Amino acid sequence: MDRQKFVPHPMTRRNLLRGAGAGSLGLMPVPAWARTMVDFHVPGGPSTRPITTAYPQKGPMVLQRSSPPWLETPFEVFDKGVFTPNDQHYVSWHWATFPSEIDVDAFRLTVRGHVNQTLSLSLNDILRGLPRVELAAVSQCAGASRLYVQPRVAGAQWANGSMSNALWTGVRLRDVLDRAGVKPGARVVRFGGLDEAVMPGAPKFLKSLDLDHARDGEVMIAFAMNGEQLPLLNGFPLKLVVPGWCAVYWIKMLNDIEVLDKPDDNYWTTTGYRMPDTPHGTVKPGQTGYKLVPVTRILPRSFVTNIKSGDTVKAGAPTATRGISFGGDCGVARVDLSIDGGQSWRPARLGDDEGKYGFRQWQTEVTVPSSGPQSIMVRCTNTNNETQPTFPVWNPAGYMFNTIETTHVIAA
Amino acid sequence: MMLRPLLPAPVLVSAILLSGASLGSPITTLKSPRVEIPASDLVFPSGPGSEQINGNCLTCHSADHVLNQPSLSKEAWEEVVAKMIRAYKAPVNADDAEKIVEYLATTKGRP
Repeated sequence: MDRQKFVPHPMTRRNLLRGAGAGSLGLMPVPAWARTMVDFHVPGGPSTRPITTAYPQKGPMVLQRSSPPWLETPFEVFDKGVFTPNDQHYVSWHWATFPSEIDVDAFRLTVRGHVNQTLSLSLNDILRGLPRVELAAVSQCAGASRLYVQPRVAGAQWANGSMSNALWTGVRLRDVLDRAGVKPGARVVRFGGLDEAVMPGAPKFLKSLDLDHARDGEVMIAFAMNGEQLPLLNGFPLKLVVPGWCAVYWIKMLNDIEVLDKPDDNYWTTTGYRMPDTPHGTVKPGQTGYKLVPVTRILPRSFVTNIKSGDTVKAGAPTATRGISFGGDCGVARVDLSIDGGQSWRPARLGDDEGKYGFRQWQTEVTVPSSGPQSIMVRCTNTNNETQPTFPVWNPAGYMFNTIETTHVIAA
Repeated sequence: MMLRPLLPAPVLVSAILLSGASLGSPITTLKSPRVEIPASDLVFPSGPGSEQINGNCLTCHSADHVLNQPSLSKEAWEEVVAKMIRAYKAPVNADDAEKIVEYLATTKGRP
C-alpha cells in the first residue's frame, strides 16, 4: 500500500532508520503551534492547558504539570505518522527527584537478588555485549484520557496525548537475567530507576513483573528510541519496555533490577495503580464491594486524527478521514467507522503494520448524508477479537478508558 | 461484516523482533546529557488556607498539579489530602490538613 496516501510526510520505520537526525524528527514549522493554549472543552474543571517549549530535548508539549513533569503529546502529532517524534513523546514522572545530568561512563545497571551472580553492567556492556532487539510499541499511561471520564476524578488530567509510539532498540531483559542466572524459586522481577521519593519514608517508585513475563523475550531494556538515545525526560539512558502493558511498568532511568523469591510488597504494586476487576474495569460511581486488581495490559483504541470536533465537513460528499489505532497487547485486526451513532459500521483500510504493539494508521472516506451536526465514531477491534466499548468506561481512579471516540462535526 | 481485502502486501504481524544487524547505522555510544529541568514559581491564589497549601504542598509537586484538577466534593478532597499524608508521607499537621481541605473544597469544590 502506498503510504504516501495517508499523510504528506509519514514517519515510517524505513525513513527513520535511514538515519533521520534530530532535525527531521523535531519541530516542523507548523503555524498551528504558534498558539500558546489548547482547549480540551471538558466540563467540570479547567479545560485549557498551556503549550510549553520550556522542557529540555522537547518540542511543543501540553503542560499538564510543571513538576514533576507531566507533558502531553499535542494531538496533531498523531496525524503525522505512526512513530511519535522523540521530542514530542509524552513525559510522566512520579517524583521530582531525578537527575538532570547523567555520566554515561559512571552509570551502572545492577541486577541483584535471587540470582547466582550480582551484575553491575556498564552502558558499554549493554550496547556492545548483548544481542540487540528492536520493537515498535505504544507507551500509554494507565490514566490516559482521564480528563474525559464523567463524573470527573482526581489524578493526572490527561487528554488523549499520554500515549506515544516509538521504535525501541535495546536488549532482551531475558538475556540480562540469564547472564545473572536466576535461581530456582524466583517469582518476580522488580525494577527501579534513578528517581527517588521526595519525602523520607515515601515509597520509591518501583514496579515488578512475574518472572515468566520478564523472561518472555519481548520485554526489553531500551537504550534508543527511533534510532536515537532517549531524551532525559523519557528515561535516559535505559528504559524498561513492556510491550502491550501500561507505561507505569516502563521504568525510566532503569538502574536496578531485583529478582525476588516472594511477591513484591511495595506500595506501587500492592496499593497504587489498581482498578476494579469488572468487565472493562467499569463500576458505577459510589459502587462498592468489587475486587481491585493491578492495571496491566493496554486496551484497543482508535482515533480520528485529521478531523477535530467542531470542524466543518461537506454534506453528501466523501471526506478523506484517517487516524491511528492500536490493539493493546496484540495487533489491530480492524478499524470500523460509524456515522449513524453506532448502528452500522464500515471498515477502514489499514496502513502498514510496523509491529503489533505499535500504532497502526487507517484511512477511509466518510460521506455524511445531510447538513447539520453529525458524528464520526471510530472503533478498533484487536486480533484477540476484543473491541472498544460503546458505553463510558468509569472507575474511581480513571484508569484504562477506551470508550469508542466520537468526533462531532458540522456538515454543510 | 467482512474486512475488505485492500491490503496487497503481506502483513508483517510476526516480524516485530528484528536483529540489530539490520539497522542502517546502529547506535554504539551514548552521550552524557546535562539539562535543566524547569522549576515552577506558580503559587495558589490567596484565600483562607492558601498559606497552608502553599507552605505544605509545593515541595513534592507544582501548584498546577492541583489547579488543573476537576471540581471535587469535600469528601474527595479529604481523600486526596489523606493520601498525600498517608501514602506519600507529606509532613502536614492535622490543623493544616483541615485548612488545605477547606481551601480546596472552597476553590475547587463540587456540591
